[in-house]
Amino acid sequence: MSAPSYLHKQGLMSWFLTQDHKRIAVLYMITVTFFFFVGGLAASLIRIELVTPNGDLLTADGYNRAFTLHGVIMVWFFLIPSIPSVFGNFLVPIMIGAKDMAFPRLNLFSWYLLLGGGLFTLLALLLGGVDTGWTFYTPLSTMFSNGHVVAVICGVFIAGFSSIFTGINIIATVHTLRAPGMTWMRLPLFVWSMYATSIILVLATPVLAVTLILVAAEHLFQIGVFDPRLGGDPLLFQHLFWFYSHPAVYIMILPAMGVISELITASGHKRIFGYSFVAASSVAIAVIGFLVWGHHMFVAGQSMYASLAFSLLSFMVSIPSAIKAYNWSATLYKSDLTVTAPFLFALTFIGLFIIGGVTGLFLALLAADLHAHDTYFVVAHFHYIMVGAAVAGYFGALHFWWPKITGRLYPQLWGKITAVMIFCGFNLTFFPQFILGYLGMPRRYHTYDPDFQFLNVLSSAGASILAVAYALPFFYLLGSLRWGERAPMNPWEAAGLEWRIPSPPPTHNFEAPVIVDFEAYDYSPEARRDPL
Amino acid sequence: MIRSDEQPAEQFAAWAQQREAARLGMWLFLASEVMMFGSLIMVAWFYRIEHADGVAEAVAGLHYGLATANTFMLLSSSLLMSLALIASEQMFSQPRPLLRVRRCLLGSAVLGLLFLTCKGIEYTLEYREGLLPGFSADSPLYLPSARLFMNLYFIATALHGVHVLVAVGLVLWLWARLKHLAPHQARTRIEMTTLYWHLVDAIWIVLFATLYLVGR
Repeated sequence: MSAPSYLHKQGLMSWFLTQDHKRIAVLYMITVTFFFFVGGLAASLIRIELVTPNGDLLTADGYNRAFTLHGVIMVWFFLIPSIPSVFGNFLVPIMIGAKDMAFPRLNLFSWYLLLGGGLFTLLALLLGGVDTGWTFYTPLSTMFSNGHVVAVICGVFIAGFSSIFTGINIIATVHTLRAPGMTWMRLPLFVWSMYATSIILVLATPVLAVTLILVAAEHLFQIGVFDPRLGGDPLLFQHLFWFYSHPAVYIMILPAMGVISELITASGHKRIFGYSFVAASSVAIAVIGFLVWGHHMFVAGQSMYASLAFSLLSFMVSIPSAIKAYNWSATLYKSDLTVTAPFLFALTFIGLFIIGGVTGLFLALLAADLHAHDTYFVVAHFHYIMVGAAVAGYFGALHFWWPKITGRLYPQLWGKITAVMIFCGFNLTFFPQFILGYLGMPRRYHTYDPDFQFLNVLSSAGASILAVAYALPFFYLLGSLRWGERAPMNPWEAAGLEWRIPSPPPTHNFEAPVIVDFEAYDYSPEARRDPL
Repeated sequence: MIRSDEQPAEQFAAWAQQREAARLGMWLFLASEVMMFGSLIMVAWFYRIEHADGVAEAVAGLHYGLATANTFMLLSSSLLMSLALIASEQMFSQPRPLLRVRRCLLGSAVLGLLFLTCKGIEYTLEYREGLLPGFSADSPLYLPSARLFMNLYFIATALHGVHVLVAVGLVLWLWARLKHLAPHQARTRIEMTTLYWHLVDAIWIVLFATLYLVGR
């Protein structure tokens, strides 16, 4: 008889005081799902408002508050914690053959920080909110905004420490808890991308913390750091903010890239093409990502030479990104392909990521950015990356590891329908926004020129498909908990340590100490797939 | 002499591994602290270069003597923390090293508290001079950029003060709990607390130069 699964223990306190990385992952999953629907609700308000050129549903101020709520919640309480805290927590220790994370108590504490910060922010946003956008640009946020700027900043500040602690935990775990034989070049690519993400979490988040402290102090005491009347420089805020917030985009996309490497190899039953390049490209994206923040400020008055350098560096990010996209495609070539729901999510990711990435190059180009800056072109571009691609990665991970996490199988057909609906709905929502932006429709207004109505209606129609597609898994995945078949150990016939232990895993993951004597993605015919 | 059959936490195979993880985790945390203070210090230097005259006016009024005394106390406390760490290394070979460790810990906590007291006196003086932003209508400083630098000084030293407070709290907790901790655990905690204390000290040295010394 094998050891009881990690889900075996009953009672609320066994969850709220748990130090098991798998249970903490489940707590995170419930939390980010909640915030995803809250942020989605605000997005629906925005898209309904934009069906007509006039402001009928929301006032100008109400619209500002709605998109701020959408941005703040989605960025800090869904996208950033989503894959690292849910799947990073669940999978990193298992993938490297460890019993738990290096600091289990810190792990639980960081969940409480995210939950506390999130609920506090949500309360502040609902009690009146802020009208600054998620970027808190000065001097709007410090001198003119009359919303709960300081309260929202406090919430985000608290959640930031959750990020830092998760990052520290993952790096320390990967360094010190790898099983004997699990060399760096045998690590699954998901672990590599979580490692790269964690570097950003640890080094970029504290800069946001200081920036937010300065904004709050400026708002409360008029200290002048961003106030020209005292010789302060509002542009300094943008430098500090984007020094965090551009790398933060890679916090959102790198983990999803790691997921796709797992999904592609498991669907193709083939070793990844160019393992070391895909692994190194994650680290390269993390490092170069720190050097491109100025591309948010091309029209903000920074020096022309700085803009030139930032433009060049931004183009360089495309090299490691393209390595990934090409290598995934090359992996699928002549592979032993099974078309599963996770595979369709992976394809959705690649398709949306390529469109989002290529349009990113338009914006990194100085002359083109001058035209497209602060238009819907930018909105469409970053939604393709942060929503289209990153959420497809999250949903792909959810569908791929759901049987491992819960021990239940879900109806594949529903998963496939969802993936296809997300791809179609997403493109219908956001592709028209590229055209709108190119034609000159500016961001952040609740009214627009009637000429733009047709494309806006298309976009809102797409958004309604997208809303249904994002909500669907909630029903059939939850349903699978009750009616789903019990999952076998390895439902996808995939390689990797997590597929060689029971579904759901026992509390200590492995019943005997693991010794790794095989390479990552060992899909050779003679590879062993028996239980550990 | 201490002999112990104390086991490491269950995810670790040996104490050496657990200690290495704790050390790495602490260094990563320190790196994030450096990024946090680093950006603040960068802001201060940006305004030093941008507004040399205003900064000179603000710096001239700072309480240089109190800050020097504070630097002395913080550096001495770091020495005591290092001595505590060295004493704790001998926990497995010599009898009764605990007493020495505890004395050193208490000594650095007291010096830390003295630092905070001194800082409090400095703040009180500055409050009376009408320099505290948000609490006085007219600042005696003539140039607007002097007021800006003064306000940055308050933010930076207050943030650092919070760190000293946390460090003192950790050390006092360690001092009180040390007898009840198993030796391996005690040694790891002393090392981590020492690392944090040194960082708080190192940040002060940079802040001292950035805020008080340069351009005086």
